[in-house]
Amino acid sequence: MIRDITIGQYYPVDSILHRLDPRTKIIAVFAYITSLFLIKAFYGYGVVILALGIVIKLSKVPIQFMLKGLKSIVFILIFTVSINVLFSTGEMVLVKFWVFTITVEGIVLAIKMALRLVLLILGSSLLTLTTSPIQLTDGIEILLNPFTKIGVPAHEIAMMMSIALRFIPILLEETDKIMKAQTARGADFESGSIIQRAKAMVPIMVPLFVSAFRRADELAMAMEARCYRGGAGRSRMNSLKYQTRDNIAFVVIILFIAFCIWI
Amino acid sequence: MIIDAKNLIYEYINEEENGIIDKVRALDDFSIEVKEGEFLIVLGHNGSGKSTFAKHLNGILRPTDGTLFVDGFDMKDESIVWQVRSNVGMVFQNPDNQIVATIVEEDVAFGPENLGVPSKEIRERVDRALRLVEMEEYKRHSPNQLSGGQKQRIAIAGIIAMEPKCIVFDESTAMLDPMGRRQVMETMNKLNKEHGITIIHITHHMEEAIMADRIIVIEQGKMILEGSPKDVFKNVEQLKNIGLDVPDATYLAYLLNKEGIKINTKVINTEEVIKELCQLK
Repeated sequence: MIRDITIGQYYPVDSILHRLDPRTKIIAVFAYITSLFLIKAFYGYGVVILALGIVIKLSKVPIQFMLKGLKSIVFILIFTVSINVLFSTGEMVLVKFWVFTITVEGIVLAIKMALRLVLLILGSSLLTLTTSPIQLTDGIEILLNPFTKIGVPAHEIAMMMSIALRFIPILLEETDKIMKAQTARGADFESGSIIQRAKAMVPIMVPLFVSAFRRADELAMAMEARCYRGGAGRSRMNSLKYQTRDNIAFVVIILFIAFCIWI
Repeated sequence: MIIDAKNLIYEYINEEENGIIDKVRALDDFSIEVKEGEFLIVLGHNGSGKSTFAKHLNGILRPTDGTLFVDGFDMKDESIVWQVRSNVGMVFQNPDNQIVATIVEEDVAFGPENLGVPSKEIRERVDRALRLVEMEEYKRHSPNQLSGGQKQRIAIAGIIAMEPKCIVFDESTAMLDPMGRRQVMETMNKLNKEHGITIIHITHHMEEAIMADRIIVIEQGKMILEGSPKDVFKNVEQLKNIGLDVPDATYLAYLLNKEGIKINTKVINTEEVIKELCQLK
């Protein structure tokens, strides 16, 4: 289940999209999401699909790999579609039974919603697939920087994200170790009802939390020993710089939004 | 004198599960001087106060009483703590819990970044530090793909990149396998001999203690033995009594002496004990 989610995974190949500045890509994704909600006409989606297709082709991420990521939203997709089909009101009634009325407008709306959702997931997963976690947090930090004046802790958010990314695999490994240790002493995680299995997870969560807190404490000490005092006065080894390709990308983004508003 | 401690006392309140609250004296009237460029090893078993001492050296803990000067700064003054930390680096026990970034070179850059070093110089320092610990081919790797010894060397590189005068190793070899331990010890020796960095290594592994200039043994917050490895290890019985081991060579010489075969007990490695045995008549 967790493996199916492509959001947040990085696909390490070299492409023009991978080389774009993370800031450009973050802005592009926001522009793309907004444009999805601006489009009214049906054929607008055709244009978006075409544009997305070209971008995916440019990213060199295999399309099957991206579609796998949709598996995790199948349930939400079915749910949204059926709600829209069954409960929308409209003029052109097709079928009417019990409390449900299926109308042409409802079906059209459902298709639009489904398209939007799929395009949303595909488009935004492209960001994390083509941007390494480090670049992503760097980009977020710089983009949030202007908001520090109104109290947004830009550096802290970026720091938290990168520490989380660093410790996710460590904690997963630890969970595995604890599970094996408990299994060796007769614990059973596989059989029983959902409630029984959930209960069996408690002896895993407790040691995991204890160890996570101990790790946090030690990490904080190690960071302080290396003179970490928050974002103020820090320099960077690699600072981000916009290239020509970023400027071209921005022109494309603006044209794309203008087009979405126009139709 | 990089470290000058006089009559250091550190107390903390210990609350046990049955509600008994008592004061524990982790350091008791502890005095020591460490010269620049020295390789000092601090021995002691768990709870002897050796780690407490280490944590005083960069201001993580503050003495309850007594005076402590590190690099000429009085550690009572809270405002100088960051200055001291940039000169006295610290490597901890668990390598996983001191690596911050998801890419090796980014982590090595973390310290100099905190100090506000210009980007170009950070790049140079990071490359130099990684070369020194012989990990440059791993610079684009994720720390999760590395072994314990390699991770610990990355942590050391992270400290070296800050260019400190002194590095404190707080049981940094305790969680490593023999191979990793050897790599870390070699790095330590190189830093001390070739780069003149003062090394203070806290450990309970005797074999590591052999390469030190000076050894001190801490027991119940007090320094009970001090001297060169040979001078310290000849006190076999005293060390065994407090639960510490001595190198095998020293122990062999001690046992032979007990059996009436008089050989020099000031031996710490196999070659020396062989030499002594060959001179027996």
